[in-house]
Amino acid sequence: MTRYAQQIGSRFMGMLQATGQIVFLFQDIIRCLFRYPIRIGLLIRQIDFIGAKSVPVVMITGSFIGAVFAAQCEFQFRALGMSSAVGPVVAIAMCRELGPVLCALMIAGRVGSAMAAELATMKITEQIDALRALAVYPTEYLIVPRFLATLITLPILVGLAILCGIGAGYYVAVHVLGVPGVYYWNNTVKYTHDKDIWIGLVKGFFFGIIIVLIGCNKGLTAAQGAEGVGLATTEAVVDAFIIVLIANFFFTFLLNSIL
Amino acid sequence: MPASPSDHEPANLIRLVGVEKSLGTQKVLRGVDLNIREGEKMVIIGRSGGGKSVLLKHILGLMRPDAGQVWFRDKDLAQLDEEQMVPLRKETGMLFQNGALFDSLTVGENVAFPLRERGNVDEKEIQSEVARALKIVDLPNQELKWPSQLSGGMRKRVALARAAIAKPALMLYDEPTSGLDPVVADSINKLMVRLGDELNMTSVIVTHDMVSAREVGDRIAMLYEGKIYCVDKPGVILESQDPVVKRFVNGISDASDAIF
Repeated sequence: MTRYAQQIGSRFMGMLQATGQIVFLFQDIIRCLFRYPIRIGLLIRQIDFIGAKSVPVVMITGSFIGAVFAAQCEFQFRALGMSSAVGPVVAIAMCRELGPVLCALMIAGRVGSAMAAELATMKITEQIDALRALAVYPTEYLIVPRFLATLITLPILVGLAILCGIGAGYYVAVHVLGVPGVYYWNNTVKYTHDKDIWIGLVKGFFFGIIIVLIGCNKGLTAAQGAEGVGLATTEAVVDAFIIVLIANFFFTFLLNSIL
Repeated sequence: MPASPSDHEPANLIRLVGVEKSLGTQKVLRGVDLNIREGEKMVIIGRSGGGKSVLLKHILGLMRPDAGQVWFRDKDLAQLDEEQMVPLRKETGMLFQNGALFDSLTVGENVAFPLRERGNVDEKEIQSEVARALKIVDLPNQELKWPSQLSGGMRKRVALARAAIAKPALMLYDEPTSGLDPVVADSINKLMVRLGDELNMTSVIVTHDMVSAREVGDRIAMLYEGKIYCVDKPGVILESQDPVVKRFVNGISDASDAIF
Protein backbone atom coordinates (compact mmCIF):
# COMPACT_ATOMS: atom_id res chain seq x y z
CA MET A 1 0.00 0.00 0.00
CA THR A 2 2.77 2.39 1.01
CA ARG A 3 4.65 1.45 -2.15
CA TYR A 4 1.65 2.34 -4.35
CA ALA A 5 1.21 5.64 -2.52
CA GLN A 6 4.90 6.37 -3.05
CA GLN A 7 4.62 5.54 -6.75
CA ILE A 8 1.59 7.80 -7.19
CA GLY A 9 3.30 10.57 -5.24
CA SER A 10 6.47 10.22 -7.28
CA ARG A 11 4.55 10.36 -10.57
CA PHE A 12 2.61 13.39 -9.40
CA MET A 13 5.84 15.14 -8.43
CA GLY A 14 7.32 14.19 -11.82
CA MET A 15 4.34 15.75 -13.59
CA LEU A 16 4.65 18.93 -11.53
CA GLN A 17 8.36 19.08 -12.29
CA ALA A 18 7.80 18.61 -16.04
CA THR A 19 5.10 21.31 -16.01
CA GLY A 20 7.48 23.68 -14.25
CA GLN A 21 10.24 22.93 -16.77
CA ILE A 22 7.88 23.58 -19.69
CA VAL A 23 6.71 26.89 -18.18
CA PHE A 24 10.34 28.01 -17.71
CA LEU A 25 11.24 26.90 -21.24
CA PHE A 26 8.31 28.88 -22.66
CA GLN A 27 9.33 31.94 -20.66
CA ASP A 28 12.92 31.55 -21.88
CA ILE A 29 11.78 31.28 -25.51
CA ILE A 30 9.69 34.46 -25.23
CA ARG A 31 12.64 36.27 -23.62
CA CYS A 32 14.98 35.10 -26.41
CA LEU A 33 12.50 36.29 -29.06
CA PHE A 34 12.89 39.85 -27.75
CA ARG A 35 16.54 39.61 -26.76
CA TYR A 36 18.21 38.09 -29.87
CA PRO A 37 17.80 38.54 -33.61
CA ILE A 38 16.01 35.62 -35.28
CA ARG A 39 18.35 33.24 -37.14
CA ILE A 40 16.66 33.25 -40.53
CA GLY A 41 18.76 30.39 -41.97
CA LEU A 42 17.91 28.04 -39.10
CA LEU A 43 14.26 29.12 -39.22
CA ILE A 44 14.00 28.29 -42.93
CA ARG A 45 15.67 24.92 -42.35
CA GLN A 46 13.12 24.11 -39.62
CA ILE A 47 10.18 25.32 -41.74
CA ASP A 48 11.39 22.96 -44.44
CA PHE A 49 11.67 20.04 -42.02
CA ILE A 50 8.52 20.68 -39.97
CA GLY A 51 6.33 22.13 -42.72
CA ALA A 52 7.36 21.16 -46.24
CA LYS A 53 8.42 17.60 -45.40
CA SER A 54 5.17 17.01 -43.46
CA VAL A 55 2.95 17.94 -46.41
CA PRO A 56 2.58 14.40 -47.87
CA VAL A 57 1.78 12.86 -44.46
CA VAL A 58 -0.78 15.53 -43.65
CA MET A 59 -2.39 15.32 -47.10
CA ILE A 60 -2.73 11.54 -46.94
CA THR A 61 -4.11 11.63 -43.38
CA GLY A 62 -6.57 14.44 -44.14
CA SER A 63 -7.75 12.84 -47.38
CA PHE A 64 -8.45 9.39 -46.00
CA ILE A 65 -10.10 10.65 -42.82
CA GLY A 66 -12.34 12.93 -44.90
CA ALA A 67 -13.12 10.07 -47.30
CA VAL A 68 -13.98 7.55 -44.58
CA PHE A 69 -15.98 10.07 -42.59
CA ALA A 70 -18.00 11.03 -45.69
CA ALA A 71 -18.68 7.36 -46.48
CA GLN A 72 -19.83 6.56 -42.92
CA CYS A 73 -22.06 9.64 -42.80
CA GLU A 74 -23.58 8.76 -46.16
CA PHE A 75 -24.31 5.17 -45.04
CA GLN A 76 -26.23 6.49 -42.00
CA PHE A 77 -27.88 9.53 -43.62
CA ARG A 78 -29.07 7.55 -46.65
CA ALA A 79 -31.74 5.82 -44.52
CA LEU A 80 -33.02 9.22 -43.43
CA GLY A 81 -32.93 10.63 -46.96
CA MET A 82 -30.38 13.24 -45.89
CA SER A 83 -27.44 12.30 -48.08
CA SER A 84 -26.92 15.89 -49.21
CA ALA A 85 -26.26 16.84 -45.56
CA VAL A 86 -23.05 14.80 -45.66
CA GLY A 87 -21.15 17.78 -47.14
CA PRO A 88 -21.56 20.27 -44.28
CA VAL A 89 -21.15 17.55 -41.65
CA VAL A 90 -17.83 16.48 -43.17
CA ALA A 91 -16.67 20.08 -43.68
CA ILE A 92 -17.53 21.24 -40.16
CA ALA A 93 -16.04 18.11 -38.57
CA MET A 94 -12.85 18.51 -40.63
CA CYS A 95 -12.55 22.22 -39.81
CA ARG A 96 -13.34 22.11 -36.12
CA GLU A 97 -12.02 18.74 -34.93
CA LEU A 98 -10.61 16.17 -37.33
CA GLY A 99 -8.31 18.49 -39.28
CA PRO A 100 -6.53 20.17 -36.36
CA VAL A 101 -6.45 17.13 -34.06
CA LEU A 102 -5.25 14.58 -36.61
CA CYS A 103 -2.76 17.00 -38.11
CA ALA A 104 -1.40 17.76 -34.61
CA LEU A 105 -1.11 14.05 -33.82
CA MET A 106 0.75 13.40 -37.07
CA ILE A 107 3.11 16.32 -36.44
CA ALA A 108 3.65 15.21 -32.84
CA GLY A 109 4.59 11.76 -34.16
CA ARG A 110 6.84 12.99 -36.94
CA VAL A 111 8.27 16.26 -35.65
CA GLY A 112 7.87 16.21 -31.85
CA SER A 113 9.69 12.89 -31.67
CA ALA A 114 12.44 14.10 -34.02
CA MET A 115 12.96 17.22 -31.92
CA ALA A 116 13.19 15.20 -28.72
CA ALA A 117 15.58 12.65 -30.28
CA GLU A 118 17.83 15.27 -31.88
CA LEU A 119 18.10 17.45 -28.78
CA ALA A 120 18.57 14.45 -26.49
CA THR A 121 21.37 13.15 -28.74
CA MET A 122 22.96 16.60 -28.76
CA LYS A 123 22.76 16.64 -24.99
CA ILE A 124 24.36 13.25 -24.39
CA THR A 125 27.12 13.88 -26.97
CA GLU A 126 27.93 17.20 -25.25
CA GLN A 127 26.95 19.24 -28.33
CA ILE A 128 24.73 21.47 -26.19
CA ASP A 129 27.62 22.03 -23.77
CA ALA A 130 29.80 22.78 -26.81
CA LEU A 131 27.32 25.46 -27.92
CA ARG A 132 27.44 27.03 -24.48
CA ALA A 133 31.23 26.81 -24.49
CA LEU A 134 31.21 28.69 -27.81
CA ALA A 135 29.23 31.50 -26.14
CA VAL A 136 25.91 30.60 -27.80
CA TYR A 137 22.74 30.40 -25.74
CA PRO A 138 21.12 27.00 -26.56
CA THR A 139 17.50 28.19 -26.27
CA GLU A 140 18.16 30.98 -28.76
CA TYR A 141 20.05 28.76 -31.24
CA LEU A 142 18.17 25.46 -30.96
CA ILE A 143 14.70 26.07 -29.57
CA VAL A 144 13.56 29.44 -30.94
CA PRO A 145 13.81 28.43 -34.65
CA ARG A 146 11.90 25.20 -33.93
CA PHE A 147 9.28 27.08 -31.94
CA LEU A 148 8.69 29.74 -34.62
CA ALA A 149 8.74 27.22 -37.46
CA THR A 150 6.09 25.09 -35.72
CA LEU A 151 3.87 28.09 -35.04
CA ILE A 152 4.12 29.23 -38.65
CA THR A 153 3.66 25.85 -40.30
CA LEU A 154 1.07 24.09 -38.15
CA PRO A 155 -1.92 26.32 -39.00
CA ILE A 156 -0.95 25.99 -42.70
CA LEU A 157 -0.75 22.20 -42.40
CA VAL A 158 -4.10 22.15 -40.58
CA GLY A 159 -5.59 24.19 -43.44
CA LEU A 160 -4.17 21.71 -45.91
CA ALA A 161 -5.57 18.73 -43.98
CA ILE A 162 -9.00 20.40 -43.91
CA LEU A 163 -8.93 21.06 -47.66
CA CYS A 164 -7.85 17.51 -48.45
CA GLY A 165 -10.49 16.07 -46.12
CA ILE A 166 -13.28 18.12 -47.66
CA GLY A 167 -12.05 17.33 -51.19
CA ALA A 168 -11.77 13.61 -50.54
CA GLY A 169 -15.17 13.61 -48.80
CA TYR A 170 -16.71 15.26 -51.85
CA TYR A 171 -15.10 12.74 -54.19
CA VAL A 172 -16.30 9.70 -52.21
CA ALA A 173 -19.80 11.04 -51.55
CA VAL A 174 -20.45 12.34 -55.07
CA HIS A 175 -18.42 10.12 -57.38
CA VAL A 176 -18.42 6.84 -55.44
CA LEU A 177 -21.68 6.87 -53.48
CA GLY A 178 -23.75 8.95 -55.93
CA VAL A 179 -24.81 11.92 -53.77
CA PRO A 180 -25.87 14.79 -56.09
CA GLY A 181 -22.84 17.07 -56.40
CA VAL A 182 -24.72 20.38 -56.60
CA TYR A 183 -26.69 19.79 -53.40
CA TYR A 184 -23.59 18.46 -51.64
CA TRP A 185 -21.52 21.50 -52.49
CA ASN A 186 -24.29 24.08 -51.97
CA ASN A 187 -25.05 22.69 -48.50
CA THR A 188 -21.34 22.59 -47.66
CA VAL A 189 -20.90 26.27 -48.54
CA LYS A 190 -24.19 27.28 -46.91
CA TYR A 191 -23.58 25.65 -43.51
CA THR A 192 -19.82 26.04 -43.17
CA HIS A 193 -18.83 29.44 -41.76
CA ASP A 194 -15.61 31.40 -41.35
CA LYS A 195 -15.84 30.65 -37.64
CA ASP A 196 -15.45 26.91 -38.29
CA ILE A 197 -12.26 27.49 -40.27
CA TRP A 198 -10.86 29.93 -37.70
CA ILE A 199 -11.48 27.44 -34.88
CA GLY A 200 -9.40 24.83 -36.75
CA LEU A 201 -6.55 27.20 -37.51
CA VAL A 202 -6.40 28.65 -33.99
CA LYS A 203 -6.41 25.14 -32.54
CA GLY A 204 -3.56 24.24 -34.88
CA PHE A 205 -1.55 27.22 -33.61
CA PHE A 206 -1.96 26.21 -29.96
CA PHE A 207 -1.36 22.52 -30.67
CA GLY A 208 1.89 23.64 -32.30
CA ILE A 209 2.96 25.33 -29.05
CA ILE A 210 2.13 22.16 -27.09
CA ILE A 211 4.07 19.87 -29.47
CA VAL A 212 7.20 22.01 -29.68
CA LEU A 213 7.37 22.68 -25.93
CA ILE A 214 6.92 19.03 -25.00
CA GLY A 215 9.31 17.76 -27.71
CA CYS A 216 12.06 20.24 -26.87
CA ASN A 217 11.67 19.86 -23.12
CA LYS A 218 11.90 16.08 -23.34
CA GLY A 219 15.06 16.39 -25.44
CA LEU A 220 16.73 18.93 -23.19
CA THR A 221 15.98 16.98 -20.01
CA ALA A 222 16.79 13.50 -21.38
CA ALA A 223 18.79 11.16 -19.19
CA GLN A 224 22.23 9.99 -20.31
CA GLY A 225 22.72 7.09 -22.71
CA ALA A 226 20.82 5.53 -25.59
CA GLU A 227 18.00 4.56 -23.25
CA GLY A 228 17.56 8.21 -22.29
CA VAL A 229 17.21 9.22 -25.95
CA GLY A 230 14.67 6.44 -26.60
CA LEU A 231 12.64 7.32 -23.53
CA ALA A 232 12.66 11.05 -24.34
CA THR A 233 11.42 10.31 -27.87
CA THR A 234 8.63 7.99 -26.75
CA GLU A 235 7.51 10.30 -23.95
CA ALA A 236 7.52 13.30 -26.29
CA VAL A 237 5.01 11.56 -28.57
CA VAL A 238 2.81 10.02 -25.87
CA ASP A 239 2.68 13.18 -23.74
CA ALA A 240 1.97 15.39 -26.77
CA PHE A 241 -0.88 13.05 -27.87
CA ILE A 242 -2.48 13.13 -24.42
CA ILE A 243 -2.08 16.87 -23.88
CA VAL A 244 -3.35 17.69 -27.41
CA LEU A 245 -6.46 15.55 -26.88
CA ILE A 246 -7.18 17.00 -23.44
CA ALA A 247 -6.47 20.57 -24.60
CA ASN A 248 -8.75 20.02 -27.59
CA PHE A 249 -11.69 19.42 -25.26
CA PHE A 250 -11.17 22.76 -23.52
CA PHE A 251 -10.34 24.66 -26.73
CA THR A 252 -13.60 23.41 -28.25
CA PHE A 253 -15.67 25.10 -25.56
CA LEU A 254 -13.44 28.14 -25.22
CA LEU A 255 -13.16 28.93 -28.94
CA ASN A 256 -16.83 28.25 -29.51
CA SER A 257 -17.71 30.94 -27.00
CA ILE A 258 -15.02 33.43 -28.09
CA LEU A 259 -15.10 33.27 -31.91
CA MET B 1 64.58 46.37 -2.27
CA PRO B 2 64.34 42.66 -3.07
CA ALA B 3 61.59 41.65 -5.44
CA SER B 4 58.66 39.76 -3.92
CA PRO B 5 57.71 36.40 -5.48
CA SER B 6 54.54 37.97 -6.92
CA ASP B 7 56.69 40.29 -9.07
CA HIS B 8 58.04 37.26 -10.95
CA GLU B 9 54.97 35.09 -11.09
CA PRO B 10 52.21 35.84 -13.59
CA ALA B 11 48.79 36.65 -12.18
CA ASN B 12 46.28 33.87 -11.70
CA LEU B 13 43.81 33.56 -14.57
CA ILE B 14 41.73 30.91 -12.80
CA ARG B 15 41.33 30.45 -9.07
CA LEU B 16 39.31 27.57 -7.62
CA VAL B 17 38.47 27.97 -3.94
CA GLY B 18 36.90 25.13 -1.98
CA VAL B 19 34.88 23.86 -4.96
CA GLU B 20 32.42 21.12 -4.04
CA LYS B 21 30.06 19.26 -6.37
CA SER B 22 27.76 16.29 -6.04
CA LEU B 23 26.23 14.41 -8.96
CA GLY B 24 23.21 12.53 -7.68
CA THR B 25 24.25 10.93 -4.44
CA GLN B 26 27.95 10.87 -5.31
CA LYS B 27 30.16 13.68 -4.04
CA VAL B 28 32.60 14.19 -6.92
CA LEU B 29 34.49 17.28 -5.79
CA ARG B 30 35.15 17.69 -2.07
CA GLY B 31 36.79 21.10 -1.79
CA VAL B 32 39.12 21.71 -4.73
CA ASP B 33 41.63 24.55 -4.34
CA LEU B 34 43.77 25.33 -7.38
CA ASN B 35 45.36 28.39 -8.97
CA ILE B 36 46.15 28.47 -12.68
CA ARG B 37 48.53 31.20 -13.77
CA GLU B 38 48.17 33.24 -16.92
CA GLY B 39 50.03 31.62 -19.83
CA GLU B 40 50.83 28.35 -18.07
CA LYS B 41 49.95 24.84 -19.18
CA MET B 42 48.37 23.08 -16.23
CA VAL B 43 47.80 19.35 -16.53
CA ILE B 44 45.23 17.74 -14.24
CA ILE B 45 45.65 14.01 -13.73
CA GLY B 46 43.54 11.59 -11.73
CA ARG B 47 41.64 8.34 -11.95
CA SER B 48 38.70 7.78 -14.28
CA GLY B 49 35.46 9.01 -12.76
CA GLY B 50 37.46 11.10 -10.32
CA GLY B 51 35.86 14.39 -11.35
CA LYS B 52 38.47 15.82 -13.75
CA SER B 53 35.96 16.58 -16.53
CA VAL B 54 33.53 17.94 -13.96
CA LEU B 55 36.28 20.26 -12.73
CA LEU B 56 36.93 21.43 -16.30
CA LYS B 57 33.23 22.19 -16.76
CA HIS B 58 33.30 24.31 -13.61
CA ILE B 59 36.17 26.37 -15.04
CA LEU B 60 34.05 27.12 -18.10
CA GLY B 61 30.90 27.76 -16.06
CA LEU B 62 29.08 24.82 -17.69
CA MET B 63 28.51 23.49 -14.18
CA ARG B 64 27.98 25.43 -10.99
CA PRO B 65 29.60 24.41 -7.72
CA ASP B 66 27.44 23.37 -4.79
CA ALA B 67 29.91 25.28 -2.62
CA GLY B 68 33.06 27.30 -3.19
CA GLN B 69 34.11 29.78 -5.86
CA VAL B 70 35.48 29.63 -9.38
CA TRP B 71 37.27 32.87 -10.23
CA PHE B 72 38.01 33.78 -13.85
CA ARG B 73 40.21 36.87 -13.44
CA ASP B 74 38.08 39.03 -11.10
CA LYS B 75 34.73 37.35 -11.77
CA ASP B 76 33.24 34.55 -9.67
CA LEU B 77 31.54 32.30 -12.24
CA ALA B 78 29.23 30.86 -9.59
CA GLN B 79 27.60 34.31 -9.26
CA LEU B 80 27.06 34.90 -13.01
CA ASP B 81 24.04 33.87 -15.02
CA GLU B 82 24.29 32.21 -18.43
CA GLU B 83 24.26 35.52 -20.36
CA GLN B 84 26.82 37.21 -18.11
CA MET B 85 29.18 34.34 -18.92
CA VAL B 86 29.00 34.95 -22.68
CA PRO B 87 31.85 37.55 -22.80
CA LEU B 88 34.05 35.27 -20.67
CA ARG B 89 33.32 32.25 -22.86
CA LYS B 90 34.35 34.25 -25.92
CA GLU B 91 37.83 34.24 -24.37
CA THR B 92 37.71 30.49 -23.88
CA GLY B 93 37.94 27.39 -26.05
CA MET B 94 37.23 23.82 -25.04
CA LEU B 95 38.12 20.53 -26.64
CA PHE B 96 35.52 18.01 -25.47
CA GLN B 97 36.41 14.38 -24.83
CA ASN B 98 34.55 13.08 -27.89
CA GLY B 99 34.86 16.23 -29.95
CA ALA B 100 31.20 17.30 -29.60
CA LEU B 101 31.10 18.38 -33.24
CA PHE B 102 27.71 19.59 -34.42
CA ASP B 103 26.23 16.75 -36.51
CA SER B 104 24.08 19.11 -38.56
CA LEU B 105 27.08 21.14 -39.77
CA THR B 106 29.91 20.16 -42.09
CA VAL B 107 33.51 20.08 -40.90
CA GLY B 108 34.12 23.52 -42.43
CA GLU B 109 30.99 24.97 -40.81
CA ASN B 110 31.96 23.48 -37.46
CA VAL B 111 35.41 25.05 -37.56
CA ALA B 112 34.03 28.37 -38.81
CA PHE B 113 31.34 28.43 -36.10
CA PRO B 114 33.21 30.52 -33.47
CA LEU B 115 34.28 33.10 -36.06
CA ARG B 116 30.77 33.42 -37.53
CA GLU B 117 29.29 33.75 -34.03
CA ARG B 118 31.69 36.55 -33.14
CA GLY B 119 30.55 38.43 -36.26
CA ASN B 120 32.48 41.25 -37.96
CA VAL B 121 34.66 38.76 -39.80
CA ASP B 122 34.65 38.77 -43.58
CA GLU B 123 33.43 35.48 -45.13
CA LYS B 124 36.55 35.20 -47.32
CA GLU B 125 38.73 35.61 -44.26
CA ILE B 126 36.68 32.94 -42.44
CA GLN B 127 37.21 30.49 -45.31
CA SER B 128 40.96 31.07 -45.35
CA GLU B 129 41.17 30.79 -41.53
CA VAL B 130 39.22 27.51 -41.64
CA ALA B 131 41.51 26.11 -44.34
CA ARG B 132 44.56 27.18 -42.32
CA ALA B 133 43.21 25.69 -39.07
CA LEU B 134 42.40 22.38 -40.78
CA LYS B 135 45.88 22.28 -42.31
CA ILE B 136 47.42 22.83 -38.88
CA VAL B 137 45.55 19.81 -37.47
CA ASP B 138 46.65 17.81 -40.52
CA LEU B 139 43.21 17.58 -42.13
CA PRO B 140 43.52 19.76 -45.23
CA ASN B 141 40.62 19.99 -47.71
CA GLN B 142 38.11 18.23 -45.45
CA GLU B 143 35.72 21.20 -45.18
CA LEU B 144 32.81 19.55 -46.99
CA LYS B 145 32.81 16.28 -45.05
CA TRP B 146 30.24 15.58 -42.35
CA PRO B 147 31.33 14.69 -38.81
CA SER B 148 29.75 11.23 -39.25
CA GLN B 149 32.24 10.54 -42.07
CA LEU B 150 35.26 11.06 -39.80
CA SER B 151 37.12 8.67 -37.51
CA GLY B 152 37.33 9.37 -33.78
CA GLY B 153 40.83 10.84 -34.09
CA MET B 154 39.83 13.06 -37.01
CA ARG B 155 36.79 14.33 -35.11
CA LYS B 156 39.01 15.25 -32.21
CA ARG B 157 41.38 17.17 -34.46
CA VAL B 158 38.50 19.03 -36.11
CA ALA B 159 37.20 19.85 -32.63
CA LEU B 160 40.64 21.17 -31.70
CA ALA B 161 40.65 23.38 -34.80
CA ARG B 162 37.19 24.68 -33.84
CA ALA B 163 38.20 25.37 -30.24
CA ALA B 164 41.42 27.18 -31.14
CA ILE B 165 40.44 29.08 -34.30
CA ALA B 166 39.32 32.20 -32.45
CA LYS B 167 42.62 32.21 -30.49
CA PRO B 168 41.08 32.20 -27.00
CA ALA B 169 42.99 33.32 -23.91
CA LEU B 170 42.16 30.05 -22.14
CA MET B 171 42.03 26.59 -23.71
CA LEU B 172 40.57 23.64 -21.89
CA TYR B 173 41.35 20.13 -23.14
CA ASP B 174 39.37 17.12 -21.94
CA GLU B 175 41.40 13.96 -22.64
CA PRO B 176 42.95 15.39 -25.84
CA THR B 177 44.95 12.27 -26.72
CA SER B 178 42.63 9.48 -25.59
CA GLY B 179 41.72 7.08 -28.39
CA LEU B 180 44.44 8.38 -30.71
CA ASP B 181 47.38 6.46 -32.12
CA PRO B 182 50.80 7.51 -30.72
CA VAL B 183 51.74 9.50 -33.83
CA VAL B 184 48.55 11.59 -33.85
CA ALA B 185 48.72 11.90 -30.06
CA ASP B 186 52.24 13.28 -30.38
CA SER B 187 51.12 15.80 -32.99
CA ILE B 188 48.29 16.93 -30.67
CA ASN B 189 50.78 17.29 -27.80
CA LYS B 190 53.07 19.41 -29.96
CA LEU B 191 50.12 21.49 -31.13
CA MET B 192 49.05 22.16 -27.52
CA VAL B 193 52.57 23.30 -26.68
CA ARG B 194 52.73 25.54 -29.76
CA LEU B 195 49.32 27.10 -29.09
CA GLY B 196 50.38 27.79 -25.52
CA ASP B 197 53.79 29.20 -26.38
CA GLU B 198 53.13 31.11 -29.60
CA LEU B 199 49.74 32.58 -28.70
CA ASN B 200 50.45 32.76 -24.96
CA MET B 201 47.28 30.80 -24.27
CA THR B 202 46.64 29.49 -20.80
CA SER B 203 45.93 25.77 -21.10
CA VAL B 204 44.23 23.36 -18.73
CA ILE B 205 44.64 19.76 -19.85
CA VAL B 206 42.81 16.87 -18.26
CA THR B 207 44.46 13.57 -19.13
CA HIS B 208 45.47 10.07 -18.05
CA ASP B 209 48.25 10.08 -20.60
CA MET B 210 51.52 10.43 -18.68
CA VAL B 211 53.52 11.00 -21.89
CA SER B 212 51.24 13.91 -22.73
CA ALA B 213 51.43 15.25 -19.18
CA ARG B 214 55.24 15.18 -19.27
CA GLU B 215 55.52 16.77 -22.72
CA VAL B 216 52.90 19.48 -22.37
CA GLY B 217 52.59 20.48 -18.73
CA ASP B 218 54.35 23.35 -16.98
CA ARG B 219 52.77 22.02 -13.80
CA ILE B 220 50.77 18.91 -12.96
CA ALA B 221 47.96 18.77 -10.43
CA MET B 222 46.70 15.43 -9.19
CA LEU B 223 43.02 15.13 -8.31
CA TYR B 224 42.49 12.41 -5.74
CA GLU B 225 39.32 11.65 -3.79
CA GLY B 226 37.71 14.91 -4.86
CA LYS B 227 40.60 17.16 -3.81
CA ILE B 228 43.86 18.40 -5.30
CA TYR B 229 46.34 15.97 -3.77
CA CYS B 230 49.49 17.69 -5.06
CA VAL B 231 50.61 20.32 -7.58
CA ASP B 232 54.15 20.55 -8.88
CA LYS B 233 56.42 20.53 -11.90
CA PRO B 234 56.18 17.43 -14.14
CA GLY B 235 59.62 16.15 -13.14
CA VAL B 236 58.74 16.27 -9.44
CA ILE B 237 55.33 14.61 -9.85
CA LEU B 238 56.53 11.89 -12.22
CA GLU B 239 59.47 11.01 -9.96
CA SER B 240 57.44 11.32 -6.76
CA GLN B 241 57.87 8.60 -4.13
CA ASP B 242 54.46 9.33 -2.61
CA PRO B 243 52.61 5.99 -2.82
CA VAL B 244 49.37 7.47 -4.21
CA VAL B 245 51.15 9.50 -6.89
CA LYS B 246 53.60 6.75 -7.71
CA ARG B 247 50.87 4.17 -8.14
CA PHE B 248 48.93 6.43 -10.54
CA VAL B 249 51.95 7.59 -12.53
CA ASN B 250 53.26 4.05 -12.98
CA GLY B 251 49.80 2.60 -13.64
CA ILE B 252 49.84 0.07 -10.80
CA SER B 253 46.37 -1.13 -9.82
CA ASP B 254 45.44 -2.13 -6.30
CA ALA B 255 43.10 -4.87 -7.53
CA SER B 256 43.42 -8.35 -6.09
CA ASP B 257 44.58 -11.30 -8.14
CA ALA B 258 41.08 -12.76 -8.28
CA ILE B 259 39.56 -13.38 -11.70
CA PHE B 260 35.95 -13.92 -12.74
